[in-house]
Amino acid sequence: MQPVLELKHISKRYPGVKALENVDFRIFAGEVHALLGENGAGKSTLVKVMTGAESKTAGEIIIDNVAHEFATPIAAQKMGISTVYQEVNLLPNLSVAHNLFLGHEPKRYGLIDHKAMTTQAEQLLSRFKLDIDVNADLAKYSVAVQQLVAIARGVAMSAQVLVLDEPTASLDAEEVQTLFAVMEQLRSQGVAIVFITHFLDQVYQISDRITVLRNGKQVGEYLTAELPQTKLVEAMLGKELQQLTARRSNPDDKHMAGDDENAVTFSNVSAKGSIQEFDLEVPKGQAIGLAGLLGSGRTEVCNALFGIDTLSSGSISLGGKVLQLSQPSDAIHAGIALCPEDRKTDGIIAPLSIRENIILALQAKLGWWRYLSKTKQQTLADFYIDKLQIATPDADKPIGQLSGGNQQKVILARWLAVEPTLLALDEPTRGIDIGAHAEILALIKSLCDEGMSLLVTSSELEELVAFANKVVVLRDRKKVTELKGQQLTSQHVMQAIAEG
Amino acid sequence: MFKQRYLPLWITTSLLMVLFLIGSMQFDGFASSRVVMNLFSDNAFLMITAIGMTLVIISGGIDLSVGAVIALSGVATSVLITQYQWHPLAAFALILPAGTLFGALMGTIIYSYRLQPFIVTLAGMFLARGLATTLSEQSLEIDHPFYDFVADFGFELPGAAWLDLSTLIFASVFLLAILLMHYSRLGNNIYALGGNEHSAQLMGVPVKRTTITIYAASSFLATLAGIVFTFYTFSGYALAAVGVELDAIAAVVIGGTLLTGGRGFVAGTILGVLLMGVIQTYISFDGSLSSWWTKIVIGLLLFFFIVLQKGLNGKPAKTITSH
Amino acid sequence: MKDSIQTVSAGADHKLSEQDLAEAKAARYQAGKSNSVGRYIWPVCALALLLAVNLLLDASFFSISYQDGRFYGSLIDILNRSAPVALLAIGMSLVIATGGIDLSVGAVMAIVGAVCANLLITDISVFAVIIIGLSTGILAGVINGALVSYLSIQPIVATLLLMVAGRGVAQLINQGQIVTFQNDTFSAIGVGNWLGLPMPVWLVIATLLFCQLLVRRTALGLFIEAVGCNASASRYMGINDRHVKLFAYAMAGLCAAMAGMIATADIQGSDANNAGLWLELDAILAVVIGGAALTGGRFSLALSIIGALIIQTLATTIIVSGLPAKFNLLIKAIVILVVLLLQSEKFRNQCKQLLRISARGDV
Repeated sequence: MQPVLELKHISKRYPGVKALENVDFRIFAGEVHALLGENGAGKSTLVKVMTGAESKTAGEIIIDNVAHEFATPIAAQKMGISTVYQEVNLLPNLSVAHNLFLGHEPKRYGLIDHKAMTTQAEQLLSRFKLDIDVNADLAKYSVAVQQLVAIARGVAMSAQVLVLDEPTASLDAEEVQTLFAVMEQLRSQGVAIVFITHFLDQVYQISDRITVLRNGKQVGEYLTAELPQTKLVEAMLGKELQQLTARRSNPDDKHMAGDDENAVTFSNVSAKGSIQEFDLEVPKGQAIGLAGLLGSGRTEVCNALFGIDTLSSGSISLGGKVLQLSQPSDAIHAGIALCPEDRKTDGIIAPLSIRENIILALQAKLGWWRYLSKTKQQTLADFYIDKLQIATPDADKPIGQLSGGNQQKVILARWLAVEPTLLALDEPTRGIDIGAHAEILALIKSLCDEGMSLLVTSSELEELVAFANKVVVLRDRKKVTELKGQQLTSQHVMQAIAEG
Repeated sequence: MFKQRYLPLWITTSLLMVLFLIGSMQFDGFASSRVVMNLFSDNAFLMITAIGMTLVIISGGIDLSVGAVIALSGVATSVLITQYQWHPLAAFALILPAGTLFGALMGTIIYSYRLQPFIVTLAGMFLARGLATTLSEQSLEIDHPFYDFVADFGFELPGAAWLDLSTLIFASVFLLAILLMHYSRLGNNIYALGGNEHSAQLMGVPVKRTTITIYAASSFLATLAGIVFTFYTFSGYALAAVGVELDAIAAVVIGGTLLTGGRGFVAGTILGVLLMGVIQTYISFDGSLSSWWTKIVIGLLLFFFIVLQKGLNGKPAKTITSH
Repeated sequence: MKDSIQTVSAGADHKLSEQDLAEAKAARYQAGKSNSVGRYIWPVCALALLLAVNLLLDASFFSISYQDGRFYGSLIDILNRSAPVALLAIGMSLVIATGGIDLSVGAVMAIVGAVCANLLITDISVFAVIIIGLSTGILAGVINGALVSYLSIQPIVATLLLMVAGRGVAQLINQGQIVTFQNDTFSAIGVGNWLGLPMPVWLVIATLLFCQLLVRRTALGLFIEAVGCNASASRYMGINDRHVKLFAYAMAGLCAAMAGMIATADIQGSDANNAGLWLELDAILAVVIGGAALTGGRFSLALSIIGALIIQTLATTIIVSGLPAKFNLLIKAIVILVVLLLQSEKFRNQCKQLLRISARGDV
């Protein structure tokens, strides 16, 4: 059997970086092929080369025995390769229908047929069990819906090869199953699907074949059925799995923190369009987990705590003192820090150097007048680069050039430099490779041991259960329950999220 | 949500009606079909320019060169007709493609060298004015039978109103623009570019071709407006139409188009020009108000519409788009 | 705390290998080098080139004479004439660095000129007039800044308001007339001199020094750059991005006020129609020629001043070269285009390739 698409000896270099080195990749009609690897392994680059968004430095792309060069995504689309990128790359200002059919609008007498477009859009979305007004602007819908629309667009292209880059990142369990049903349907129609994900369970549920990349090189190609999960993780990390599971094991000392002194207390907190009647106590030196689906109010709790959303009733107090939080700087001065969920837009300042990114929060706390000298900035930056093992040759590299995991470490360093009483982490491990993932989890634990209080939001329940003293489950912007001690298992959390 | 999308249009329309009603009650002869038709014929060149500006702004760009292009087009037309004795139609046949090429060049530079539209069209503005000044520093009067024919051409409407050629040209441009923006792939691509250029590119929009077409269209319309302007003034002058780019931008904003791009209507822009025209007519009917009030009132109107846009689009649902 | 962190990372093996690290480091140092040099090299070269052209056209171009307690010469002339745009460019640099733009500075010049002229014909002291004039400029800047930061209106639009309405306001203050005054103290701002140099030049030097100290000896400069690169992330760090933007626009207003006073003092009168007309465009051009990105971020006040000098030198060059005045605009436009294109890396690469091909052709 011939592969529908074959990439041979692909290399890609950026100035100073080898992103891909001699990578092979092939996909057959009617299969789901998972492309796996840590962040920075080269998955995204390979996808970009495959889909014409980036040009390769060396190697060839073969479709039906003929070598092709794609200069643009359009060229790749014409060859039947259609892509849904990691970030939803749609246009929020256009209607859902326009987004679905941009560039392929149905026409009548040479003019766009709006009626036909509406019907076809509705038909297409019904496959995804989406019953929405297709003539409303895309911006009106949630990220999950936008993601499904993006995938529907990829499907509508009736492509030979469909590339899905992290399609499930913002979907809930039910939506993931709907997506998988569509993928299975496409597979049976002979479409080849490249599936990139961080969720290994999903790989085993849907994929037929796996290619693993590490450090820009190909580790191997496997049949999913023949590759046990431990071997897969080994291939991805290049190290034994034990280390990872060892870190995940639950030590019993979770509840040893004896003093009941509370760092932060939420009492009956409500905010407009956000959480309702929310109570929470974060004891000193403990890690509290926040669980719930996207939009359940996890992020909103962090935003209320950090002065981004203003409270309509209730109060937040720290060490018994009620806080007036009308902007982030109020929270920072009170000793609260927040690593926001969206690292790219709210976390890093991409063009500025690592040094500047590390010292900025501290400088903001000190005020514009008390300027940290360059020497002091350098000392601070070097200290944290060393301590958090941030992979960079020096502190003057723009943070935008680091990998996701290293960017997250810089942001952590930024807040450690401020020495907060309570550190809120909103999805600290999202989109981060497994190696850095484990490091950040261990860091969280060690911070707790140091007496810092933590409030951690995560959609990875295993992870939450592993380090949290208590997990608060949210649903529909309200607290459903608190789980601790023996009750604190991922099954229980899952149950609480599902049943409320 | 449909209502919300069209709200600025309704407000502009109502303001237009209200001001017109006030004018009609205060002054005799304000509410006449002649005043209305004059609004169109006096502002035809501005409307044509503003339609081009609407395309550019919806695509997320801006074109500061249009005023200068109008002047250049007028001067070039006059020079060809008066100094080289060309027939006006032959002159138009040369000048319209040349103007389009000018815009296409700006679009190419904007796309190829990743320069900001603002700064490139600013350079284009200096270039067009410079060319116009080089062609002729003096105002050149056009005296040609064809222009007499144009001046006499038109249709009598009830109420001593006159439907002239300028208005007819504007009307056909307007219809074509509506078809282009709402019933063609190019129109969708223009809206897509204004939403997010990077996403649009990934979704297969031919960004280069679209960008070049947009600026070419804007310059083509400005050139056409320059020709229409000569029908109106019977002359070409290098310093004519100074600040028309600002009037066009103001009309576009008052017409409900988002200056950041991605949303807007060609029809709204026409309402914007008409509203500004009615204000001017009101001030000239009044006679006691000084001309600077026009600027202040337009400034206030702009402010009102911008705040209104904020109110409508201030808190869009959070969307993940790449930078 | 720090020790525990160290043990955490011991297991990590996803760092770059030693060799890669060294390679990346070397590559980036080179990149960094050419970057920082490149930032200054193009504007400075352009200025030097223009001056050299002038020297070729007029051998006495660089000569400076000392007469009646002040220096005379083409270079002094350029410095003096570029002062208003240089002042505007200082404020504009800060605004552009925050990711904004201020289209209203020309209109603000007109308003401040009108305010000062109308006050000078009363018997208020000159000192008070200057203070009121500067405050008017700051007020205009604060209005712009408030529209941008508190109403979140796009800068180009927010300042367009004052650009359109401002000239109307200035005409309103002047009642459509050109208001003239006789006041030697005030006129000195425009035509006076001190230590041999014209007063406007001193004003530019003082403003540059003051602003440079203000933004680089405090954290303001860093805050401005952070807000310009990513306002949302800056907010999450506790930087009050609204105050930072307000500050930038207020500074632009202040600079515009000074430029407006120079223009008014120069002609001893206020002409609401023409004072500062299109100077906002020159100021923006100066900043762009100085290499700043209009999208915000890194800025350099000194480079913006060089940009202003380039614009003025160009105008002088055209006069010196004896070309008919009608070519002024055309040549200015072409030079601006060339400068813009030269700043684009892609264009430079294309030029290099062309040179290489033609060199090969010669062999």
